[in-house]
Amino acid sequence: MRKYDKLIFELSKPGRKAYNLPELDVEDKDVKSLIPEEFLSDEELNFPELFEVDVVRHYTNLSDKNYGVDTGFYPLGSCTMKYNPKINEVAARIDGFANLHPYQAEETIQGALRLMYELDESLAEIAGMDKMSLQPAAGAHGELTGIMVIKSYHEKNGDHHRNKLIVPDSAHGTNPATAAMAGYKIVEVKSNKNGLVDIEALKAVVGDDTAGLMLTNPNTLGIFEKEIKQIAEVVHGAGGQLYYDGANANAILGHARPGDMGFDVVHFNVHKTFSTPHGGGGPGAGPIGVKKHLEEFLPVPVVRKDGERYYLDYDLPNSLGKVKDFFGHFGILVRTFAYVLTMGKDGLRRASSIAVLNANYMASILKEHYYLPIDTIFKHEFVLGGLKDTLSEVSTLDIAKRLLDLGYHPPTVYFPLIINQAIMIEPTETESKETLDEFIEAMIQIAGEAEEDPQLVKDAPHNTIVSRPDETRAARNPILKYEG
Amino acid sequence: MMHPYIPTTHEDEQEMLKVIGRESIEELFSDIPEEFRLSRELNLPGAKSELEVSSYLNSLAKQNRSLSEMTCFLGAGAYDHYIPTIVDELISRSEFYTSYTPYQPEISQGTLQYIFEYQTLICNLTGMDVANASLYDGGTAVTEAALMAVSHSRKDEIIVSKAVKPEARQILKTYAHMQGLTVVEVDLKDGVTDLEELDSKVSDNTAAVIVQSPNFFGIIEDLKATGEIAHKGKKTVFIASVDPISLAILKKPVDLGVDVVVGDAQGMGIPLSFGGPYLGFIASKNDYLRKLPGRIVGETVDKNGKRSFVLTLTAREQHIRREKATSNICSNQGLNSLAATIYMVTMGKEGLKEVALQSTKKAHYALEKLIASGKYKPLFDKPFFKEFAVTSDVDVNKIQESLLEENIIGGYNLGKDYPQYENAVLYAVTEKRTKEEIDKLSSVLEGI
Repeated sequence: MRKYDKLIFELSKPGRKAYNLPELDVEDKDVKSLIPEEFLSDEELNFPELFEVDVVRHYTNLSDKNYGVDTGFYPLGSCTMKYNPKINEVAARIDGFANLHPYQAEETIQGALRLMYELDESLAEIAGMDKMSLQPAAGAHGELTGIMVIKSYHEKNGDHHRNKLIVPDSAHGTNPATAAMAGYKIVEVKSNKNGLVDIEALKAVVGDDTAGLMLTNPNTLGIFEKEIKQIAEVVHGAGGQLYYDGANANAILGHARPGDMGFDVVHFNVHKTFSTPHGGGGPGAGPIGVKKHLEEFLPVPVVRKDGERYYLDYDLPNSLGKVKDFFGHFGILVRTFAYVLTMGKDGLRRASSIAVLNANYMASILKEHYYLPIDTIFKHEFVLGGLKDTLSEVSTLDIAKRLLDLGYHPPTVYFPLIINQAIMIEPTETESKETLDEFIEAMIQIAGEAEEDPQLVKDAPHNTIVSRPDETRAARNPILKYEG
Repeated sequence: MMHPYIPTTHEDEQEMLKVIGRESIEELFSDIPEEFRLSRELNLPGAKSELEVSSYLNSLAKQNRSLSEMTCFLGAGAYDHYIPTIVDELISRSEFYTSYTPYQPEISQGTLQYIFEYQTLICNLTGMDVANASLYDGGTAVTEAALMAVSHSRKDEIIVSKAVKPEARQILKTYAHMQGLTVVEVDLKDGVTDLEELDSKVSDNTAAVIVQSPNFFGIIEDLKATGEIAHKGKKTVFIASVDPISLAILKKPVDLGVDVVVGDAQGMGIPLSFGGPYLGFIASKNDYLRKLPGRIVGETVDKNGKRSFVLTLTAREQHIRREKATSNICSNQGLNSLAATIYMVTMGKEGLKEVALQSTKKAHYALEKLIASGKYKPLFDKPFFKEFAVTSDVDVNKIQESLLEENIIGGYNLGKDYPQYENAVLYAVTEKRTKEEIDKLSSVLEGI
């Protein structure tokens, strides 16, 4: 393949254009007669001048420098990089969905509202909750909205002294960051040797200042928090609310529901669990679900049905307010709904069954070749602790980089923080046994190389277009835009 | 049961269970306490074929009336601008949309480079020193900027003009309440921020002054004068929310004393899609770099000295800093920032200006046409960009219904958020509207 190393700005040539607009068909008045000169810029815009083929070739070449789920296996733990169905993409682009203005009259958007209503009901059933809000823009935004619901609930009860949120030490960084953003102090609770919430440690930190606990279940080690009933009792007993971080929901669809386990609020990452694309970082969506006692605090508007009419309800006097422009990432919700319809109750359950089977299969082979700090039944993912030889000069980062040479996107590395040299592997259900076996072979090969030819692994990757870009240099001397 | 997205056969299953040392998949769920194992099926329909799914979704879509069958004069933060065909074609390459956050730079140079290009274009447009990789939308971007200002100034009062988009102000109030911050609103005077009132409110407690220009009524605010007042506060950060397309013809925020610029770039290549996903942007002067929320891409070299791009300054972010992070945001609007990047370079130096100029000229033509008979009057007499408000004695619901009968989506009913402007309607006119469509709008309005 041709080497391509240009920035779009380096293709610019004065006089070229890549667009065509119709001729202005109203009187062509001088803009200075319409807008006072003091407001008008007298500088030319510093944008490139290109023709259409330039733009198309440039971004096609850039796409070739990327690796996606459609390229190959992407076992990035905690991110659920499952296949993104193509019908979802087509659905979001249907004229009657893509070309709707959010403020159109209610009678012209009945189909869109109905889709949202039906998706709301489906997700609530899957989560075991009573009502959803489809508005949050992402998982972290769902967390924030959910925690705001909890805060509004405590405030209405006059419990202003409840100013602490409990977060396990294995939690995603977004949990403590979210809690801080919602104005809470964070109390970290330690995991026990089995990687689970230590009930005694939890009991020691709850009190009448507890607003709630944020928990991922299965947790970031891929292990189900078996003592969830006791955890819920301790938190509820102290007057707190229980928040379910749905990052790992792909493990339990149709097998268990957060609502049944005692959770009061849940968010889903639809770009993980419900197959909408990760888009190179977004946009996703992070709908939340709540139990009945929290419904009145949801952000406005909520979607409701009255007879045959669907409408947006802004009349929630105790609502926490608004968290998002308009009604959420509708285009992503269309994809989510397409997935729920396609999979149905049986397909969703099957997805989790196979996601869990795949993770356990990989763990049981790889533990012979790598260090597995906690050996138990896993759910959809598992965490290795680097090489068995803890004195090896080959680090987890080196192993990840060597996987690039062998054609894979590496797993998540160095997370969760509580496992040294962590390698977090999440295969998902959309990968065949053959793919898993090939990846396992690659991992075994690298473990062997680490012993026999460690330098080969430490110098990896060898055959990517760039190798180990200097991150320290980037941070010390930030170059954040092209300056010619 | 086999499914097109799940390849595991019965034979695979048996082989894998044997390796694990289990009898059945059910055993792998035995760690979930029995009382929480769902003993029934989910109350949802069964799996559907592609044809059935497609047919159902199309039937729902047909219950909507889209912009392809109607003419849109509605804006208020979401705009019907032209989107070049190549935008969707290129963002549909699955190497872009099926990838995730560029954690492994060696196989993510495509994503990292377009973010770097996006940051450059946003900086060039606003005149700012730095831009991040994007935020959820314009409304949350206003709030993120305000929280940056609070962190920078260590003060807890945020002043916001009532001419800022109502939903953005509601989001700001929600977040501010959670953190115990005070939001002070400044009233309007003739459709713009009342600068005298602002002057009386700015103090050493002021973390931020936030205005929007063109403001919610489409009017161009005097940012220079506003900034001079804002900066009377010690360490007060002057934040402006802008329409990025307007910057092709209006003075750059940086030249008007603005410290942090935010906005929504939906109009630059992103479909209306019933309100989302859109594209929030944020750009600032260098002084605020380490307070910026979210991802930032930087240029560096790899071990062989080759130009490459990486995520940088991550010490601001949640996965490193946890509760001390500048924000809890852990994603960006990746694919939408790609759409906006492709839009900006496709329209290029002349194209964006032409979009801005055509929108301005058509909007001014529309206002002239609408008020010609005297039945409708301009609500304000101030310089505007592509949106303007008119008022009349005609009931606003009557106006909207009459327009809808003629397949026209009318403007935004200002009375919803500003009771003093009952029966006033805010119309948006983009380069896509034709003279014929504007004339029809005018004649239907006349006929009511």
